[in-house]
Amino acid sequence: MTDKTNGSKSPRMEERLYQNRYQVDEGRPHVKINHQAGGDSEELKALTKICPAGCYSINEDGQVEVAADGCMECGTCRIVCQATGELEWSYPRGGYGILFKFG
Amino acid sequence: MPAEHFDAIVVGAGPSGNAAAYTMGKAGLNVLQIDRGEYPGSKNVQGAILYADALERIIPDFRETAPLERHVVEQRFWMLSEKSHTGTHHRSDTFNEEKPNRYTILRAQFDKWFSKQVREAGVTLITETTVTELVKNEAGKVIGVLTDREGGPVYADVVVLAEGVNGLVGQRSGLRSEIKPQHVALAVKETHFLPEETVRERFNLADEDEGVVIEVLGSVSSGMVGTGFLYTNKESISIGVGCLVADFAREKIPPYELLDRFKNHPSVKPLLKGAEMKEYVAHLIPEGGYDAIPQLTGDGWLIVGDAGQFVNAVHREGSNLAMTSGRLAGESLIALKAQGLPATNDNLKLYRDALEDSVVIKDLKKYRKIPGLLEKNRQLFTTYPALLNRSMNAFLRVDGRDKRSKETEILKGLKKARGNWLNVAFDMLKVARAWR
Repeated sequence: MTDKTNGSKSPRMEERLYQNRYQVDEGRPHVKINHQAGGDSEELKALTKICPAGCYSINEDGQVEVAADGCMECGTCRIVCQATGELEWSYPRGGYGILFKFG
Repeated sequence: MPAEHFDAIVVGAGPSGNAAAYTMGKAGLNVLQIDRGEYPGSKNVQGAILYADALERIIPDFRETAPLERHVVEQRFWMLSEKSHTGTHHRSDTFNEEKPNRYTILRAQFDKWFSKQVREAGVTLITETTVTELVKNEAGKVIGVLTDREGGPVYADVVVLAEGVNGLVGQRSGLRSEIKPQHVALAVKETHFLPEETVRERFNLADEDEGVVIEVLGSVSSGMVGTGFLYTNKESISIGVGCLVADFAREKIPPYELLDRFKNHPSVKPLLKGAEMKEYVAHLIPEGGYDAIPQLTGDGWLIVGDAGQFVNAVHREGSNLAMTSGRLAGESLIALKAQGLPATNDNLKLYRDALEDSVVIKDLKKYRKIPGLLEKNRQLFTTYPALLNRSMNAFLRVDGRDKRSKETEILKGLKKARGNWLNVAFDMLKVARAWR
């Protein structure tokens, strides 16, 4: 679902997430990638496909990057990458992040 | 943060945390509840079916004020293939009773209501606050929590971890291990809005209170261990699909593509026609069953709800088990307090025993072998639903061929799909044994 021309999320995902309410904690992302020597793991690469919010993409250098603004805080990435140690994952600060209207 | 010492701190304001906090607050305990959302419910996701029984044991007259969508009068079970579905329905007027048994709800609204009851029971609630870790004394007993707010730790006799499926606080405090990808499902869901009358007509419902539930197995999970669902709310439809995280990671299928395929299935598409999608959510569901339950108590702490993996994936029950575990935890802590006993791991045997004796552990034990069975027998999600649909189709189509030839062909198809008759027999035996 990655738009290869500018590396951003496809319009479809933007459209889907547009309906959701977020309180973004500017400058304090709650998910960070620690790239390991030897390249990104298969688990990390899989996130570019299976993150339900499409937060993960491959950048121009072929590395996985994360933009967690649309994150729904499900925790899938955390569980998939638990063994690789590539993710630093915490909940956003209290009050920030996704705000479900219907849940 | 409050400087006083509490009888209990409850981490989280979902069904289990609310049940625990309400039970203790009602009994006069001094309880602090902490939730990271802007309001209780703002971080919570469910399908959602509310099972009345579990809530009734906590708030008997909940029907008078709780925001309920529709009570369920009909349950459909579909085996899906690419272009067809074959299934069963159970519809009964006996579900139109004075106190209905199951309701569809919208969790954000329901949780707000539940939280209001909790506060009215005397519980102090702090929102927009994330608990970051547990505070322990020199002996290793949990004595309070640290949050991302200023003002240092808050102390209590016991901490109730109602923090949900991810269980981060417990894990980062070394009380439990990380969840395994094969023990948890990722579900995505959309809420589609339609006029109330349209929902009523489309699902053959008598009025705005009657509702339908559709549970779906087969091609909806694209070969992964998973299911789909469609629930009718008053003016909306909740539609979703969930599969094991381990399967998503292996198959690399985007979950929203799976959901889109489900929405566009010829059996589903007309039900959503003209609807306006107003929210897209994702959430993890514990599906590891009995063997995935972590240690549930320790000195100064206990676990309730999804954090304890209390979900019966076969029956799609979770929030009721969450509420039941929360209530039992609350009752156990009230009893300990009344006897002047501290919440040590030994004394919390009271809670562990109450759980063992309840529907929570009894049902999880009954289906103990199901998660392993499904993981190793993906033909139950692929071969059989496809075969069933092909067979029904061949059986019903009138095309001049004699019935005996058709039956022979159907049986041959079954044998071919599983290699030989022994495998078919084994499949049936395996399911029957895991079910027992």
